[in-house]
Amino acid sequence: MLQFSFWDILSNLLIATQWTIVLSLIAFVCGGVVGLILLFMRVSGVTPLEWFTKGYIEFFQGTPLLMQLFLFFFGIALFGVEVSPWMAATLALTFWTSAFLTEIWRGCVDSIPKGQWEASSSLALTYIEQMRYVILPQASRIAVAPTVGFSVQVVKGTALASIIGFVELTKAGTMLNNATFRPFLVYSLVALIYFCLCYPLSWGAKKLEGRLNVAR
Amino acid sequence: MSLVSIRDVRKSFGELEVLKGVSLEVAKGDVVAIIGRSGSGKSTLLRCINGLETYQAGSILADGIEVGGLHANLRELRRHVGMVFQQFNLFPHLTVAENVMLAQTVVNKTPKKEARDTAAEVLAKVGLSEKMDAWPSQLSGGQQQRVAIARSLAMRPKVLLCDEITSALDPELVNEVLRVVEQLAKEGMTLILVTHEMRFARDVGTNLVFMHHGKVHETGAPKEVFAAPKTPELQQFVAGTGH
Repeated sequence: MLQFSFWDILSNLLIATQWTIVLSLIAFVCGGVVGLILLFMRVSGVTPLEWFTKGYIEFFQGTPLLMQLFLFFFGIALFGVEVSPWMAATLALTFWTSAFLTEIWRGCVDSIPKGQWEASSSLALTYIEQMRYVILPQASRIAVAPTVGFSVQVVKGTALASIIGFVELTKAGTMLNNATFRPFLVYSLVALIYFCLCYPLSWGAKKLEGRLNVAR
Repeated sequence: MSLVSIRDVRKSFGELEVLKGVSLEVAKGDVVAIIGRSGSGKSTLLRCINGLETYQAGSILADGIEVGGLHANLRELRRHVGMVFQQFNLFPHLTVAENVMLAQTVVNKTPKKEARDTAAEVLAKVGLSEKMDAWPSQLSGGQQQRVAIARSLAMRPKVLLCDEITSALDPELVNEVLRVVEQLAKEGMTLILVTHEMRFARDVGTNLVFMHHGKVHETGAPKEVFAAPKTPELQQFVAGTGH
């Protein structure tokens, strides 16, 4: 039987960690782009668009991420399209992230005084121009800290992709445990690596929060 | 021809009817002072003129553009109808000059340099040349309001709407703002002001409009109306304000 040393376990976990990072980054960036589009719809004042985004947000916030992964992984396959675990995980995490980011950002936009909308309206700016030049520059200052804070949830959320067979950190841990029968060691290392990924993010979020509070 | 023509405008907030058929003609160069108790509908009327509020019946024509139309060209309208607010509403993330330049560059596509020249010119007009590169938060209320006026002027509006622009100011800062408005009036700017400054309404206004319960209750030349109010409501109102 193949013997795994401590360093074998660690190096295999670290290789898989790359995929956790890649999946997190893609989910966060794509989720951010989709979230921004949804934000424009959510605060547009156009009723059908607002209803659509509200429903979207309710769905992705009100169901477990794991179910969403299953729906993308098995659901799309029903239409005869082959979905890789990689694709299903990317899609599910993107949509899930976008729902939460939209809701976080909507709160930041709502905190901008109504007078800013009225003043920019009366200067003949269109909705998109108001958002671009007046509202978002102010809202984004407030949004930085909770957005960075939420990225921690995205990193941890990627662990669920292991269940549909995507080999990232958690899946690698499971596989190594099956091969070595040293669950405590393996999962301790897995948890430690997640912590090393997440702690700087939540630390950064706290730092940013403090700095922005002092600024204004 | 009237620059702003308001005909039988009605507006309700749910059950509450705030404008009950208001008509008003404003000619070029007029300085219309709208007075009345709070809740009389004067601010709502002003906000209807540039489409910040919608109305249910009647019509408003501003510079030949129908404000309440289904596909009203609000952008075109607002390029010609400026508005100054009680709370100044300067953009806090932009400098004074950038506040004044924003609509020029974004809406009118004016080149930056030209927009900055215009900003310098209108800021000089309101006496704030030296504050071009200051941040709004570094200014007094009176200065902020003057920047807000300059921001509107930079778009070369044909009519300027002023919604209680001195009500949020400390008493000692009121005059510096009123002086700017008076100067604009002298230069022939068409102004529609909702105001609580009765002396100002009397001395600078060309038309006085007293609103009461969502209607134009009494109107006329300010000096005459103040000297001899015809309706008991206006008599009471004028007595109550100490004039």
